[in-house]
Amino acid sequence: MNTFRNKGDKPTKIGFGEGLVEAGNRNQKVVVLGADITSSVGVNFFAETFPTRFFSLGIAEQNCIGIAAGLSLEGKIPVFSTYGVFASLRAADQIRVSVCYNNLHVIIGGAHCGVSVGPDGATHQALEDIAIMRVLPNMTVLSPCDATQTKQATLAAIENCNGPVYLRFGREPMPDFTDSSSKFIIGKAHVLHPGNDLSIIATGHLVWEALQAAYFLETIGYSIRVINVHTIKPIDVKIIIQAARETGAIITAEEHQIYGGLGSAVSEVVTQFHPVPISFVGMNDKFGESGTPGELMEKFGMTTHNLIKSCKKMLARKKNGFK
Amino acid sequence: MQSWQTSDPEQLLKIANKIRISIVESLTEAGSGHLGGSLDLADIFSCLYFCILKNDPKNPGWSDRDRLVLSIGHVVPVLYATLAHAGYFPIEELNTLRKLNSRLQGHPARDRGLPGIELSAGSLGQGLSVGTGMALAGKSDHRTHRIFVILGDGELQEGSVWEAAMSAAHYHLDNLIAIVDRNGLQIDGRTENVMKLEPLMDKWRSFGWLVFSIDGHNPEQLLETVKMIQLEKNRPSVILANTCMGKGILRIEGDPHWHGKVPNKEESIEFIEELKNKFNQ
Repeated sequence: MNTFRNKGDKPTKIGFGEGLVEAGNRNQKVVVLGADITSSVGVNFFAETFPTRFFSLGIAEQNCIGIAAGLSLEGKIPVFSTYGVFASLRAADQIRVSVCYNNLHVIIGGAHCGVSVGPDGATHQALEDIAIMRVLPNMTVLSPCDATQTKQATLAAIENCNGPVYLRFGREPMPDFTDSSSKFIIGKAHVLHPGNDLSIIATGHLVWEALQAAYFLETIGYSIRVINVHTIKPIDVKIIIQAARETGAIITAEEHQIYGGLGSAVSEVVTQFHPVPISFVGMNDKFGESGTPGELMEKFGMTTHNLIKSCKKMLARKKNGFK
Repeated sequence: MQSWQTSDPEQLLKIANKIRISIVESLTEAGSGHLGGSLDLADIFSCLYFCILKNDPKNPGWSDRDRLVLSIGHVVPVLYATLAHAGYFPIEELNTLRKLNSRLQGHPARDRGLPGIELSAGSLGQGLSVGTGMALAGKSDHRTHRIFVILGDGELQEGSVWEAAMSAAHYHLDNLIAIVDRNGLQIDGRTENVMKLEPLMDKWRSFGWLVFSIDGHNPEQLLETVKMIQLEKNRPSVILANTCMGKGILRIEGDPHWHGKVPNKEESIEFIEELKNKFNQ
């Protein structure tokens, strides 16, 4: 298995923007809705390339979702993007009823997710979006790990889905390390690093951190499996059960509240099919605050260092037979 | 206009009366639901489905049809009864309203496959946005069909309605027609006491809409207004249809208690009798 290398830091939103243009070139039905912050969420490339298929709707998220539903009913493939906090919460009822209950192929791009959005502070840091979107029937939830994979996820959301999709991404330039030739299949997670002592199941920006943790732990004799869950829903049940069975312990890692997100999704699988101890790395039931992305990841415990600490603790417990 | 449609106001009122009878029957059978608003919209629905809409009950998915979005989902009994009388599905199916496994859910549900249902709706304030999206799609594809959205007046207290109103005017959606059931009542009482809506015409006008106020129980006025709207270019239209909640049954007319109530067996017999006597139906 490869050791992944950073091809250069790149914001995942750029992958989203590039994916939209590529999908727009391939299919005239793709339309994009903007809620004022078009360049900030990466849809400006589409707006410039296809001005007649871009609709500016102002700061009115509830209406944007309703309009997206109407466009979808008429055969368009609408993509709406704004900051994840507003996309998932401000218009939650519209997403539930007009989009999910009607089971419409509407793609919702949740931008600026996680504390890594930085100095804007708590109001703009989406940390609950996975939980909210995951609970809605018919919804697919994607959380790719880097810009390359975000582009793949964007194309898959537009071209390989029939129902609603929530696609989560971030703003900060982050390591871009996956290979564009690797297959992206919705619902199919990837083992990025083999290992049998324990598994780190990660999503989004924390996949890179998980790999760094695994590489370090390898140097001191531990074999850590790293799984990239780019699809939170439908979750890859098989790969999680396999990890539970073969490694006996799991750490989940996400830039999201530990309640309701990836950790909960993994627990739902593990407790049903192969119970093993799990510990959760993520936002521990708190709001974020202002700071640089690095400072915030550090303060709230979502770095490589935190993952190494959690792994060591879990490995020690495992050695003791979880007594 | 299709052969089974009519522009004769007297005929349209007769059809509306049949729709009202079916509303009372189906809600009595259901044992719960919203009678008042369903009854007051019967004249408008009769005009829409039996005269105004370009539609085909035998081909409900026809791509050039005019679309009707029912934003106030709780008055869906009037839509079900109208669709059944127009031939979209058998009238007997109205008896399944609100029952387990029925295609006639308490609020309209597209996934049940009932012909003629354009949108699952019921959470107030969402339909105008969806209708705007449909109209935007129609405009950008240079299509000629129209989108009608039925709104309640209490529903206009939802802020998202005005987000939608702003956007429909911004995109010059002259293929979008909103009809507001202005019965002046909501569950807690008079709209003007619960949360003032007036001056309603000015509100819509200031949002860039062409505004009409009509008697919602007068087919001639509605038909005439829709004709005038056809000539309008570049902006959406709204018809404030002044109606009387519970219209057709004297005892309950204008009584907000009948917003979310259904008749018991005796009342039902009495109401149906009253309706039948109107047109000897």
